[in-house]
Amino acid sequence: MYVAVKGGEKAIDAAHAWLAEERRGDPSVAELSVAQIRQQLALAVNRVMAEGSLYDPDLAALAIKQARGDLIEAIFLIRAYRTTLPRLGASAPLETAQMAITRRISATFKDLPGGQILGPTFDYTHRLLDFKLAAEGEVPAAPTAPASLDAVPHVTAMLNRDGLIQTEAEGNATPPDLTREPMEIPTTRPLRLQAITRGDEGFILSMAYSTQRGYGRTHAFVGELRIGTVAVEMEIPELGFSVEIGEVELTECETVNQFKGSKTEPPQFTRGYGLVFGQTERKAIAMSLVDRALRWKELGEDNTGAPAQDEEFVLMHADNIQATGFLEHIKLPHYVDFQAELELVRKLRREALAHGEAAE
Amino acid sequence: MTDQSAYNFAYLDEQTKRMIRRAILKGVAIPGYQVPFASREMPMPYGWGTGGVQVTAACLVPEDRLKVIDQGADDTTNAVSIRRFFQRTAGVAVTEATEEATVIQTRHRIPETPLTEGQILVYQVPIPEPLRFLEPRETETRKMHELEDYGLMHVKLYEDISRHGQIATAYDYPVKVEGRYVMDPSPIPKFDNPKLVGNAAIQLFGAGREQRIYALPPYSEAISLDFEDYPFAASKADHACDLCAAPDSYLDEVITDDQGSRMFVCSDTDFCASRRKAGHVGPMGTPMAGG
Repeated sequence: MYVAVKGGEKAIDAAHAWLAEERRGDPSVAELSVAQIRQQLALAVNRVMAEGSLYDPDLAALAIKQARGDLIEAIFLIRAYRTTLPRLGASAPLETAQMAITRRISATFKDLPGGQILGPTFDYTHRLLDFKLAAEGEVPAAPTAPASLDAVPHVTAMLNRDGLIQTEAEGNATPPDLTREPMEIPTTRPLRLQAITRGDEGFILSMAYSTQRGYGRTHAFVGELRIGTVAVEMEIPELGFSVEIGEVELTECETVNQFKGSKTEPPQFTRGYGLVFGQTERKAIAMSLVDRALRWKELGEDNTGAPAQDEEFVLMHADNIQATGFLEHIKLPHYVDFQAELELVRKLRREALAHGEAAE
Repeated sequence: MTDQSAYNFAYLDEQTKRMIRRAILKGVAIPGYQVPFASREMPMPYGWGTGGVQVTAACLVPEDRLKVIDQGADDTTNAVSIRRFFQRTAGVAVTEATEEATVIQTRHRIPETPLTEGQILVYQVPIPEPLRFLEPRETETRKMHELEDYGLMHVKLYEDISRHGQIATAYDYPVKVEGRYVMDPSPIPKFDNPKLVGNAAIQLFGAGREQRIYALPPYSEAISLDFEDYPFAASKADHACDLCAAPDSYLDEVITDDQGSRMFVCSDTDFCASRRKAGHVGPMGTPMAGG
């Protein structure tokens, strides 16, 4: 005797209880603390903050713990939390030229004001598994040098002094907010940058890579990549001036791209821009390439039909929370639709077979 | 979500609800028109009902009685999850009885029991754009709606007929609303399309990932697209319900063994249970205690 499927409630409760157990793993192994994740998986924390669009390393670390290390799930938790937060105001624009730098490199100049600072990078490490890490051990202290107090001007600002690179439009307009207004295509560059900085790192990386392989080629050099902390200031209306309310770690990348000139513009370099929370340089570089590729219209270039030049394609598919949700929803029941299809296919087959018999 | 006091009634903050209500009002004022809205991230994934959940959250008041169904059933896991979400964040009463509910959130079905004035039916919508699979670009489809240029859709339906001898769309069947906008009724089976028409309830459609809300005000016209010589026909499995004997409800096919045996049962679980309580018994059903 068939009994209509029941028990969804019990099944969900049991599944969640099992999940909690699996998350914890073998109880004889010490539990990870949120502080450990924040300290020792900092690049994962950075990615969750960047794509979660919320600068809070503790919450990002908590989300990673809760998500069992699934970073997209962790980003999802952060987004769902972020969306409930009230907007108290907006900060003054960040001055990345005033960044307290931990890493700063330029691929276009061997040496430059402010110098090249490698910082804590994987670059030039040999990717050999370090079996010493499997055992516990103290890390020898890294050598230090006194922090330089010299200004570290942007490379593009130096190029611009000679008119060699295109000047970016300035303005005091309030940028649109992707999380408060529905995205309308065509968009503006501020909105595009907003969408890309919170877009999926893998997707943005592949889009950028495709431009390097000839799909919307823009000949990018890393003019400058800088990582460090920047003060966040906010104007308090009652006071009439801005006060520092905290600081955030950022990665900023500016590319210098070839541009042969157009009917209206003499040849000069053009820019791509990337700015991402935390130490996230793969994402920031990729972002600047994709940004540059999307600027074809503004710069009077040809649309070669490359995916990375297609604003609608890039922006509508960059968000991994949208993508993963929609992708995974196909595991929800579709009995009703499938039933309708089943009826249709049966009917079509019946008619096709009848037709075939009649023809014989 | 452990600390309930950290969240507003029905999860969303009041400003967000106001924004959504404005979009709903605009949608009601222009039936079938897709109103862009600043969809929020919700604590469930996109594609799992975030649009419907936001519309429901914006409509709910503490006195409401909520029903949530998926595939017509109150007990499917996603319906359970969404119902629980509102029990948790809004503390509203819930029900499985269609006629008792003030707000019904649904995925893929319209309840069999006719709705009444004052009820709100909220649909979860995956792809709000009826022209999307004919033209992938939003910029293009928006223009087509502006110009009321629905030729592409008719060509598609015509090609179906020339290839299959009939319109080969079984669900998600497009309708033209009040003689103006072609609208996607969400993936309900075309069996349900006639229930869209002249419905006494307010029908609201929420697409979270695609950031669109649209509406059918009560008693709206929504004509399923067809041709004079190939008229629209609602269809269902050619059986009666094996549990409650209803001849006219939409049926799910259930495979009962590996020998090809199957049975057909109402997809609307509340409808089926009410009929059985009222004494209707199908060939494979058993009488149910009234109550």
